[in-house]
Amino acid sequence: MPPLSYDARKIAALTTNPGCARRAVLDAAGIDKARLAGRLGATPGAFTQSPFALTRGRAFEALVKANGYAELITLLRAELAAPVEEARVADLAAAEGDRASVRTRARATERLLKRVIAEEDSRLILDHPVLTLEIAGQTAYLEPDALSHRIGDRIHVVVIKSFAAIDGQADPRKTAAAAREAAVHVLALRRTLTGLGASADLVADQFLLVCPKDFSNRPYGRLIDLRQQLDAVEHQLRRLARAEDLAGALDADASLDLSVQGDQGPPVVSDDHLARTVESLDYLYEPGCLDFCELSRHCREKALAAGAPARLGGTVGGDLPGLDHIAVALSLAHGQAEPDEHRREVVERLRAAARLRARCLGRGVAS
Amino acid sequence: MSVLTTYARLRAAEAGRAEPLATVRHVHLAARPFVLIPLALAGEACAPLAALVGAERERPELLIVAEPRDRTQRFAFVADLADRVLPHLDSFTRDTEEYTGRRDGAKRILTRCTEAPQILVPNPGGIAFLRLLGRSTRFRGTEGPHAVPPGVPLLGKWLTWFTDRAEFPGSSQLLAMTEALSVHWATGQSGTEDGNLASLIGWIAPPDGHDGHEAARLAEDPALRPPAGPATDPVFDHTLHELLDRYERAGTDPLRAALRHQLEKQLRSQLAPTWDLMWRGVDLLRSLPPGASVAGRWEFDRTLFTDYAAYLAETGLPQARRDHAVGAARRLARLEDATARYELARAYDDPLVMAEHELAGRAFTGVVIATDPSRMVKGPRSALFRPLVTLRTDALPPRLELGDKVKSPTRRDQPARLLAVRALPDGDAEIDLELEGGLARKRKPPAPPGCVPEPGEELCYTVLDTGHSPLAFPDDEATPWTHGGPPTPYTPTEDDADEAWE
Ligand code: SF4
Repeated sequence: MPPLSYDARKIAALTTNPGCARRAVLDAAGIDKARLAGRLGATPGAFTQSPFALTRGRAFEALVKANGYAELITLLRAELAAPVEEARVADLAAAEGDRASVRTRARATERLLKRVIAEEDSRLILDHPVLTLEIAGQTAYLEPDALSHRIGDRIHVVVIKSFAAIDGQADPRKTAAAAREAAVHVLALRRTLTGLGASADLVADQFLLVCPKDFSNRPYGRLIDLRQQLDAVEHQLRRLARAEDLAGALDADASLDLSVQGDQGPPVVSDDHLARTVESLDYLYEPGCLDFCELSRHCREKALAAGAPARLGGTVGGDLPGLDHIAVALSLAHGQAEPDEHRREVVERLRAAARLRARCLGRGVAS
Repeated sequence: MSVLTTYARLRAAEAGRAEPLATVRHVHLAARPFVLIPLALAGEACAPLAALVGAERERPELLIVAEPRDRTQRFAFVADLADRVLPHLDSFTRDTEEYTGRRDGAKRILTRCTEAPQILVPNPGGIAFLRLLGRSTRFRGTEGPHAVPPGVPLLGKWLTWFTDRAEFPGSSQLLAMTEALSVHWATGQSGTEDGNLASLIGWIAPPDGHDGHEAARLAEDPALRPPAGPATDPVFDHTLHELLDRYERAGTDPLRAALRHQLEKQLRSQLAPTWDLMWRGVDLLRSLPPGASVAGRWEFDRTLFTDYAAYLAETGLPQARRDHAVGAARRLARLEDATARYELARAYDDPLVMAEHELAGRAFTGVVIATDPSRMVKGPRSALFRPLVTLRTDALPPRLELGDKVKSPTRRDQPARLLAVRALPDGDAEIDLELEGGLARKRKPPAPPGCVPEPGEELCYTVLDTGHSPLAFPDDEATPWTHGGPPTPYTPTEDDADEAWE
């Protein structure tokens, strides 16, 4: 089975739980985490997209790009004060689908970018370009929606999303997710350009978000600053380089091979063996994992079994420095055990809380 | 979240059952709440798909849109919804009572409704959806080329008003059930997971033979417990997609009728479990006695409802898209004020909330060990009547300073002052307070019985709000009908009435 390649979403997701080594190693190895979750006996969490959302997303993108990209060009003009002269568009998605065509598109993208750098073709908008990014020894192929032409000597990454901006306000969570993706694209584009001998500054550290305006299908565009996200993504990529080292520290017989013998035969590596390998990777479960990681339900059960207070989320973990087990924290709070010196302070606070609650609820401290 | 809540969550996680965070109910619950569970079509900005509505537990009414992308059908759905909601709102405007309030700079006799409507939705997403629905309908015209049924813009204005009020802590006019429950219970799972109504209720009242962990896991299976909306389960969406497609292509009326029937069945299956959960939530909240200040806050809600209903009957312009700068600043100030008042009132109403302040050293509880009920002290002109009370408490309240004004939630009309704190060898402390009022206007002893606490009484004292009464609300002068309410009214244009809703 070929490893799953990275896409911008996956790379962006890395910045949401940066401390987790398990995820870093699995992603660096290109493991299909949804399938892995299944093999470990957990449901992979709900990451399926509704058919309605897919249809709407495609329809909106088509609308923005219809009639020779009329809408997109209008938005670029309005938001970036682009000169009125006609921009030209190159669509690199002529051949969609298999891996070879992605490579071809990546090469074609690079050729066109060279022309843009040399100012032979500054007015060129790239549609469906493919950028490459080296991550932990593999090449990720990234597909931004579009790259703007050189405006004010900057190229802008364009992200087209189908969530609406109502009275100029889009859902902040969705906007943030779009920004994380855009940051990955900006980074990939910068690396490509510097590889071609151009300056990284050629790529703006803002991106153009295009989404439907109010309750209509009319596109609305806004430039969004990316500096913060860029830092976060760069940091993650540096960490991923180390994920190889982490994986290297695995036992000699560790395996994450999910393949089966023949067509539908028994698995090459037993479920138990897989589970042992996964458990040997340090994890850092937090409730936020439920929103983005296919392994979250598995890790949640492990965190539950381990009695980890962090799974309760919020500030619970932070309120309990040095206490990493719920039952232990409670027995200390109830005076059934005595804390060591460096945990005295937090235990005193817990004991005060226990006393107060017992008094208000008219019950014994530990009952 | 404080250490107190953290501790409660740890206990809940260990016991497999939610822990109380309150000893009284901090929200008002209407005798006849209107439950509204909206469902929206995925991927669209605001495309209603269905709603289960009603004020009677036994009689939920299902409204659906068979072609959710069709503009006419959307308006028909909103008109249907208006036919359910507006008469309900209207039924509260008939019985009124008189009260004295300020208006236009003078004291006047005013009237307000003796009861007001309350809308309950499952979660904050439901409120956000109603806000968008209000935004997309309130500017519509009822005459001219783009005329919609009159109920549509009127419902739009009401929804905007309700969703705006929902942002004010302490207002109970529109509540999200998950949030109302989370104020009163801590579960052994995270706040994110508490956003799922089924799993939250699973923790608070696990079914027989299960603990909270198991109940919550069961509740997470969308096949057993469909999501409480407005987003639908993506797996269900495949079934829905096929049905909607067939409906759109159906050529004959009987076929359409049959498909519509199927659609209704499917959508009802998605909504019915949440309907039951909503009423279980109501039961759970009703099982708590109301806090002392709840009726006062609801009275304020009633007043605002009355005023807005009157405004709609007279002028009735819709709320503007966005507030102008001055209005926005004023609104922010009102929000902050409402938050502070609500937090204060909660602490005074509920020892478990006051415990947060005790933990932070802004309050303490002690037992009266001695009093000097006839103490007189030298004043600037003549001697002052200042009884002395000595309490013993189990910990030194670190944030209190000598001379601080303090008050007790159970003796709200009796200001007191901290005179002395003596640490005892066993870690306890003795605290002297002098009473500065609440003595039945007596200027010298004896004070009538009950005015001065008796030895043996347990009392809590706090520095919180010694300035103004926690129950007072801003007077009408400071709260025009727009209080907590919508931005400046706005006259919709042709374009607004015809705004695309695709
Ligand atoms: S769910 Fe598990 S593997 Fe995924 S990020 Fe969280 S802890 Fe790491």
